[in-house]
Amino acid sequence: MKTDFLKFVRKEFLHILRDKRTLLIVLLQPAVMLLLFGFAISTEVNDVRVVVVAPNLTDGVKDAVNRVAANPNFSFCGYISQNEVDDVLRGGDVAAVVVFAADYDRRMMQTALGEPAATPVQIVVDASNTNIASSASAYLQNIIAGTASAQSMFETHLLYNPQMKSAYNFVPGIMGVIFILVCAMMTSVSIVREKEVGTMEVLLVSPVRPMRIIVAKMIPYFAISCVTLAIILLLSRYVLDVPMSGGVGGIVGLSMLYLALALAFGLLISTFASTQVAAWLVSAVVMLMPMVMLSGMLFPIENLPLVLQGVSCIIPARWYIAAVRKMMIEGLPFSAVLHEFAVLCTMLVALVGLSLKKFNDKLE
Amino acid sequence: MKENVISVRELTKRFGDFTAVDRITFDVRRGEIFGFLGANGAGKTTAMRMLCGLSFPTSGSGTVAGFDIMREGEKIKRRIGYMSQRFSLYDDLTVWENIRLFAGIYGLTPYRTKRRAVELLSRLDFRSERNTLVGSLPLGWKQKLAFSIATLHNPEIVFLDEPTGGVDPITRRQFWELIYEAADRGTTVFVTTHYMDEAEYCTRVSIMVDGEVRALDTPAALKRQFAAESMDEVFRTLARGAKRAE
Amino acid sequence: MRTLLILIQKEFLQIRRNSFLPRLIVAFPILIMLIMPWITTMDVRHVGVAVIDNDRSSVSRRIISHIGATEWFTLRDGAPDYATALRQLEQGEVDVIVEIPHHFERDMILATPQPINISANSVNATKGSLGMQYVLQTIARTLRELQTERGITTSVAELAVVQNRYNPTLNYRHYMIPALMIMLLILICCFLPTLNIVGEKETGTIEQINVTPLSKLTFTLGKLIPYWIIGLFVLTVAILVARLVYGLWPAGSFGTIYLAAMLFIFTMSGFSVVLANISDTMQQAVFVMFFFVMIFVLMSGLMTPIESMPRWSQTVTMFLPPRYFIEVMRAVYLKGTTMAELWHNFAALCAFAMLFNLLAAATYKKQA
Repeated sequence: MKTDFLKFVRKEFLHILRDKRTLLIVLLQPAVMLLLFGFAISTEVNDVRVVVVAPNLTDGVKDAVNRVAANPNFSFCGYISQNEVDDVLRGGDVAAVVVFAADYDRRMMQTALGEPAATPVQIVVDASNTNIASSASAYLQNIIAGTASAQSMFETHLLYNPQMKSAYNFVPGIMGVIFILVCAMMTSVSIVREKEVGTMEVLLVSPVRPMRIIVAKMIPYFAISCVTLAIILLLSRYVLDVPMSGGVGGIVGLSMLYLALALAFGLLISTFASTQVAAWLVSAVVMLMPMVMLSGMLFPIENLPLVLQGVSCIIPARWYIAAVRKMMIEGLPFSAVLHEFAVLCTMLVALVGLSLKKFNDKLE
Repeated sequence: MKENVISVRELTKRFGDFTAVDRITFDVRRGEIFGFLGANGAGKTTAMRMLCGLSFPTSGSGTVAGFDIMREGEKIKRRIGYMSQRFSLYDDLTVWENIRLFAGIYGLTPYRTKRRAVELLSRLDFRSERNTLVGSLPLGWKQKLAFSIATLHNPEIVFLDEPTGGVDPITRRQFWELIYEAADRGTTVFVTTHYMDEAEYCTRVSIMVDGEVRALDTPAALKRQFAAESMDEVFRTLARGAKRAE
Repeated sequence: MRTLLILIQKEFLQIRRNSFLPRLIVAFPILIMLIMPWITTMDVRHVGVAVIDNDRSSVSRRIISHIGATEWFTLRDGAPDYATALRQLEQGEVDVIVEIPHHFERDMILATPQPINISANSVNATKGSLGMQYVLQTIARTLRELQTERGITTSVAELAVVQNRYNPTLNYRHYMIPALMIMLLILICCFLPTLNIVGEKETGTIEQINVTPLSKLTFTLGKLIPYWIIGLFVLTVAILVARLVYGLWPAGSFGTIYLAAMLFIFTMSGFSVVLANISDTMQQAVFVMFFFVMIFVLMSGLMTPIESMPRWSQTVTMFLPPRYFIEVMRAVYLKGTTMAELWHNFAALCAFAMLFNLLAAATYKKQA
């Protein structure tokens, strides 16, 4: 019995190893995505293009403009006239326009003396890009206020991610989303394809129990996923410099649990998809959006409306990403993620149970 | 002596180190039923795919319907019909939709399509199945339909790759009646098979072993040559030396 | 021409007979448009702020009450010291910690106060940096107010007024809705043609086509045009849902939107056909497509601004067709930008459409 089982595992391994092109894609793809997205995706405000309207180029105005130009968040693109403001914004050439009043210096003086004065500066931003608009206007106000403000009264620190490298933040998210989608694709399609070709029936009439066949199918995929996991962790540590001060053991353990969960999820898809195309559509097209959007990868869970926060609870990636963030980036020990760990365990049991039950129902 | 519609010289196809078809040379005459025999893996399908313009020969030359197989593949395609080993009509289209599709691809006018379809359906006794999904037809019916669609545009030559595989004897019989009807209308039939009784129905037969054509003549002449009772015996005598396993 | 029509008709018949595709094409866009816009807010809200008040003066109490009154912030109580607050921050309850030093009020009058300490959790970079900016502004305003009241310096007048053009309420949903439409188009126009063609390869029906005199171009068009129609249908559904549910209607012209959409769909489905042509199995094709779709979704400015990327990846985005379409959609939808102002985007889309469709016809091999 045992040797039969091993034979099945071997057979599955051979299947996978034979298709070199696919194997290569499955192994390398997550690594390439991690690097690309880790370095490229960023929500910081950088290089915001700014132009200035200044009817009188006084020293005060020049001072303020120099401060804007020197700021790494902005790139100063020259002066325009008042009637060009609308055109440059609508054409998308710039994201913000700073309009200085003609009597800017006088108004600043009055303000400084505490006399009532009209606002000396107007900041017009292209709010069609909401995020850039709100941070750019906040930054610009502070920059223009410059030394005159109460800035010196504060001392600021950014914790955990001192260079504000978004790479840190995106690593757990990318791991969470890619693992589950790739694993679900691999398992669901491999099972559905055997159903389609008819080899599944051959396997099922053999004396081996269906449960064993399924497990034998999952083992090679689990092994491949573990290799992928190793690649990703090495890249994160040595290329992206993610600290992982919470202990690698915990991260690996949690990730393996998550991989098993992802494979079980693929198994569940395979029980109700009847054709390969349907399995692909469900695991690649339909799942992609909720996984990216509801997992907390890009959009913080606490910003969601309550109903959707509820929905996000059934998305495994949400829990995994939260836990990996804590361990990889904040450097918390495994004990800090017990809650997430328990949720993922429960999900795994539920998914395996459900899909095996559905699988057996189909057989009878 | 009738003119040759297929003429092949030293045709070879290699996949890497493996020579699937090894310098085959033969002619097929207009109007004959040419049996292309060989064990599995002998290179029949590969040879046929080269003739149909689905695959480029590695070396050698050949003409089909007067066109060069190297350079004029697309012109050949206008004049031939092809039915592959795997059933390849659209399962999720109805009988009529499949007919209309292939008629359209061959550029038949709507009027001619309709006339040909009526003719075809009544010949096959399929009129009641006009709107049935092809996927739900029994295999034998599908094969007959596939053949009829392959000859829809009255091709000069029709290539059949193991058309009767997996079909019951009665349906096979009916299928061969269709082949004879087509031949009577002047279509040359080029058919691969490994049913040796079917070989007896052919005008002439070639037998391929290990990528080479080892024998080519009428069934009667071949039996005489190998002093055999049946084509089956002829085939076994030739195939005994085959190096390629199944 | 008639052949092409028959091929297109065939594709639609097959789609209709499929048990899953019609539902996907109709229900998927509606669901996505109903649910996703609620998700995609990157507005910084619910910033958890913990204030450690070592001063316990009227000034510090005033700062705390101002923070509590601001809609961006959720004030967390009960952090007696920095260590406790840090623990709260690690557990995710708090994003920004404000520590007011001892004798802050007294020293402020003497004009030599110890600085107020502000620490932000920057694991989520947006929330960290913006949260901190907002806290800074709030406290600065409070202090200025106090100083004015005590007649020390300056006026309460704001230094600058901000005008949020095109989206005055800074509604993040308006920014995301055009992006979601594009995401739908990417998913549908990238995956469906690939699956269709590789599917024909796997069942062997493509061979029956290959042995006919059908030209490569007609075949390719016969595969592409149905997805063109489906893509435009999906877009229309999405636009209608956006109007009915969110009241968002393009500020610019429909002609510009649809022209760009047509070019974009043609580009994407051409790309999809190329991939199908060069793949042997569905598995290869979809894995590779998945890779590109992730890049399209995450790197072409759909969800995070291109300006925020490092230089090298900004260069990479130049080769991503969705980038150009996203710019067109956002500009036309929200700002009413005209086609003339967006001509370079149209030129880029045209170039991509030509490139991929020529490649699609070229890589389709009737003969191996």
